Amino acid sequence: MASPNSVSPPPAIPAGLSVEQLLDLYYYMRLTRSLEERLVALYRQAKVVGGLFRSLGQEADAVGSAYAIDQDKGDILSPLIRNLGSMLVCGATPVEVLRQYMAKAESPTHGRDLNIHYGTPQQGFIGQISHLGDMVPVMGGIALSFKMRGEDRVALVYVGDGAMSTGTFHEGINFAAVQRLPLVVIAENNGYAFSTPTAKQSAVKHLTDKAAAYGIPSVRADGNDVLAVYEVTRRAVDRARSGEGVTLIELETYRRKGHAEHDDQSYQSAEEMERWEADDPIDRYIRQLTTSGWSTPAALADIDRRIADELAAAVALVEPEAGPGAGTALSGVCLDPPEAEREWYDRG
Amino acid sequence: MPEVTYLEAIRQGMWEEMERDENVFILGEDVGAYGGAFKVTDGFLERFGAQRVIDTPISEAAIVGAAAGAAHMGLRPIAEMQFIDFISCAYDMLTNYVATARYRAGLPTPMVVRGPSGGYVRGGPFHSQNPEAAFLHTPGLKIVCPATARDAKGLIKAAVRDEDPVLYFEHKYLYRRIKEDLPADEEILTPIGKARLAREGHDLTIVTWSAMVFKALEAAEQLASEDGLSVEVIDLRTLLPMDDQAIMASVRKTNRVLIAHEDTRTGGVAGEITARINNDAFEFLDAPVKRVAAHDVPLPYAPALEDFVLPQTDDLVAAARWLAAY
Ligand SMILES: Cc1ncc(C[n+]2csc(CCOP(=O)(O)OP(=O)(O)O)c2C)c(N)n1
Ligand SMILES: [Mg+2]
Repeated sequence: MASPNSVSPPPAIPAGLSVEQLLDLYYYMRLTRSLEERLVALYRQAKVVGGLFRSLGQEADAVGSAYAIDQDKGDILSPLIRNLGSMLVCGATPVEVLRQYMAKAESPTHGRDLNIHYGTPQQGFIGQISHLGDMVPVMGGIALSFKMRGEDRVALVYVGDGAMSTGTFHEGINFAAVQRLPLVVIAENNGYAFSTPTAKQSAVKHLTDKAAAYGIPSVRADGNDVLAVYEVTRRAVDRARSGEGVTLIELETYRRKGHAEHDDQSYQSAEEMERWEADDPIDRYIRQLTTSGWSTPAALADIDRRIADELAAAVALVEPEAGPGAGTALSGVCLDPPEAEREWYDRG
Repeated sequence: MPEVTYLEAIRQGMWEEMERDENVFILGEDVGAYGGAFKVTDGFLERFGAQRVIDTPISEAAIVGAAAGAAHMGLRPIAEMQFIDFISCAYDMLTNYVATARYRAGLPTPMVVRGPSGGYVRGGPFHSQNPEAAFLHTPGLKIVCPATARDAKGLIKAAVRDEDPVLYFEHKYLYRRIKEDLPADEEILTPIGKARLAREGHDLTIVTWSAMVFKALEAAEQLASEDGLSVEVIDLRTLLPMDDQAIMASVRKTNRVLIAHEDTRTGGVAGEITARINNDAFEFLDAPVKRVAAHDVPLPYAPALEDFVLPQTDDLVAAARWLAAY
């Protein structure tokens, strides 16, 4: 019989992750949430120029999936508006994100595009545009380049339950499937597209049912369980890397805030929201980490403090920065603007 | 008389048409339960039911295509684009199918595609567009761009009753900024294809439409007080078919014309208007036709950039002074 003082060893960590990696996942989820909370405060002070989009309750979906690609191998993803966490995992910084939202001169797009619409292949993520579905074929093209050059790289693209209704989604995933491209498609089923429930977007029972139409495998996972998200994505990434083609993953989660900060969510029931709040992915992960003995409340509190300091410094740096000067507006539409155009500008 | 916003005027126009004709129905993203992203269709679902106020998937091509099919069968659809920027997703349906249907096959397609257009709202490159030039080049479509609450109401009603497809581009900057007294019991119908004289003058003419009308009126006011210039402002209201008569009558009177639009310059509607003036009224011109338009870049997000790229009242004043001095 074990002595009452002996501590049983923590259970084995799933998916071959290390304790350090487990804490990484926690860090990125918390960073996502805290950064968005900072942005809300700035939004209320009218310091965010345009709209503000939240991913509250979807941090596990974003972080767990992005953590499964291999940036050292040169994998690239394309995030959507609820994937701030994915971008942070890929190396996006709070300073960049704050500059984007506040339209600062030094923002990655120099004040030209908004919120988290930015990124380059070199950064490991490519910025979305507003037109939903467009990034599916584009990421198919990125994957095509990997295949054509015989590179060992994988592309991953997110698509919302609503965005799956677009023609570009359909054309893009079908193209990638036929070409057996190294592409992972993550359908984030968060229950709504703006006010429209998923049942009014698609007549299928599960979004994964659509995979059959493209002749590709699919898998569904609990989007609020960061380790489960990591595991299914990892398998799909491995599969893509080994030349087996596209996988469609459906992550079941819930959009706990409105479509954007201005949305009153009148169409979401209190009961539904409470139910999902009780299933908060970060709270859940904290319980998992501490009850399994993989971490302690004190260690997690340390991480929280580190994040708070990091964000305070980022806000202090970015807030006083200037916006771009009007004179910067005209350059760079093409690398080499036609001479006549330049003359026109000069003449006024 | 009740004060009615530009947004409320659109709402009233659609409401009245739906009351009048049971063939009129609305389809689009979040138009029903939510009442539309800008609340233009607020209350429609409750009044007219889910059969006539249809929340669709995010499928602009299907929305426009389905509207076309329904229109062939005698229904009168009003399709909403949540932002007009997304009409590009339905470009194929509109230009290849809808616009050619009558000419090719004698198929009537009485339908309206409407949605919020325009900038000055920090919306960035994909929530600020003015797509009129992309469709002006397509025979078979009509394009209207109301500037006032009266015309917002009168043109949506006329568009619903028109026997051909009408693109109705409303300006989101005007939604809640413009208020007018509109009598509740008056049936307001603005004829499609007829411009409006927004201000009378004799020294020079500004031809414009949509939100730019207000900048033109501001410029006219400033030019009157600072330069003693009498500026005429023509609000085109309809771009296709264009009211050549109204434009030429003004050119013949003032002999100087400035065309102002919010969309980018190259390939913009001003070029077409200029060609028409050259053809029909060249001998009346005392100066070259001048245009003020947005710079040829995607519309940027940062306030200083957006303000620089889009035409401002000062740009109109400067161009008008150049014209007057020519
Ligand atoms: C082609 C297109 N049509 C309409 C819109 C307007 N719009 C922006 S987000 C959105 C809802 C998106 O829902 P979903 O794909 O489920 O993503 P979620 O916001 O739930 O993350 C809509 C309709 C758009 N951006 N693009
Ligand atoms: Mg959704």
